[in-house]
Amino acid sequence: MWQELRTRFHPQGLEVVTVALDVDPDAARPFIEAAKPEHPSLIDQAHVVDELFGIVNVPNGVWIDEQGTIVRPAEPAFPGANPVIDALREVDVSKLPPETAEMLVEARKIKADPEGYLDMLVDWVEHGTASRHALTPDEVIRRSQPRSTNEALAAAQFELGQHLHRSGDHDAAIPHWREAHRLFPDNWTYKRQAWEFEDPMRQGRTDAYDSSWFDDIKRLGAENYYPPIVP
Amino acid sequence: MLLTDLAVDPADFEARTGWALKPEGACKAEVCVPLPPAARTATGQLDVSVVAQRLGMPIARDAGHGLWALGPETSVSGRVLTTAQAPDLELPAADGTPFRLSNLRGQKVMLVAWASW
Repeated sequence: MWQELRTRFHPQGLEVVTVALDVDPDAARPFIEAAKPEHPSLIDQAHVVDELFGIVNVPNGVWIDEQGTIVRPAEPAFPGANPVIDALREVDVSKLPPETAEMLVEARKIKADPEGYLDMLVDWVEHGTASRHALTPDEVIRRSQPRSTNEALAAAQFELGQHLHRSGDHDAAIPHWREAHRLFPDNWTYKRQAWEFEDPMRQGRTDAYDSSWFDDIKRLGAENYYPPIVP
Repeated sequence: MLLTDLAVDPADFEARTGWALKPEGACKAEVCVPLPPAARTATGQLDVSVVAQRLGMPIARDAGHGLWALGPETSVSGRVLTTAQAPDLELPAADGTPFRLSNLRGQKVMLVAWASW
């Protein structure tokens, strides 16, 4: 999907940079190799872009102009399509175990605005700073994620956890990740990354965490999983 | 930022946090926060506990492993972004090649965060 976007817009001066938020780089690499990207495809094992750009969920996009100024802070990015949700719509839930079916039905309520986002991107690529979607620096700062001590401390706790996990002490990472989740429950990347190690693919209930993908998304309402894009 | 010691090299601090030590204080793009003299140790290192307090950076501790992690600043804008100038992200590409965001100056960039999970 990102390579298609790059092929379309690179002749007009847009470069795409993808960043995989994966503590385990081998989890991301097969996807990158299959996409045969011509653009920089980075791996962020420590989730530093969460902290630096305010990423709380994926996919998220940040727009940066020719001078290195952010013109749109992190927001849900589905340029033209939401392949995951589209694929979920194709599945016949009547043939699935009830628990999986329930999860799928909930996931289908996730809202995104692929057409609107692509229109904004086309406008920015064509008109640059004159595009109404290129925000002023003050507006960019104002629209970036709020950050109190809790969110900042969650970043520090997540970083300790990923370091311990990568040093081979996974059990020592769990209390730090639990703490990151408690401090910053709206950050889905901290949660989903941690759940994935305990229950790959389903991210269901485990002894390690009080939360799980299904429980958390039901509590929030799947339609609120991505905030609406403000043009 | 992971720390094994609360005295750090100012260049390492700048590379990870984006805050540069200047005569006027700690600066990130156009924003400068004055620092007390105690922010620098006798050997020119940065006393993280002093700077962290001025910038509102919380510190997490893992005593068993002798580690600290310094969180990002909270006391300037109260938002993730202190400035609209993009941080100079440095990360390896999937093939191990080093990457620096500032090398793309002159082009528009769409930075996309995704994940395998």
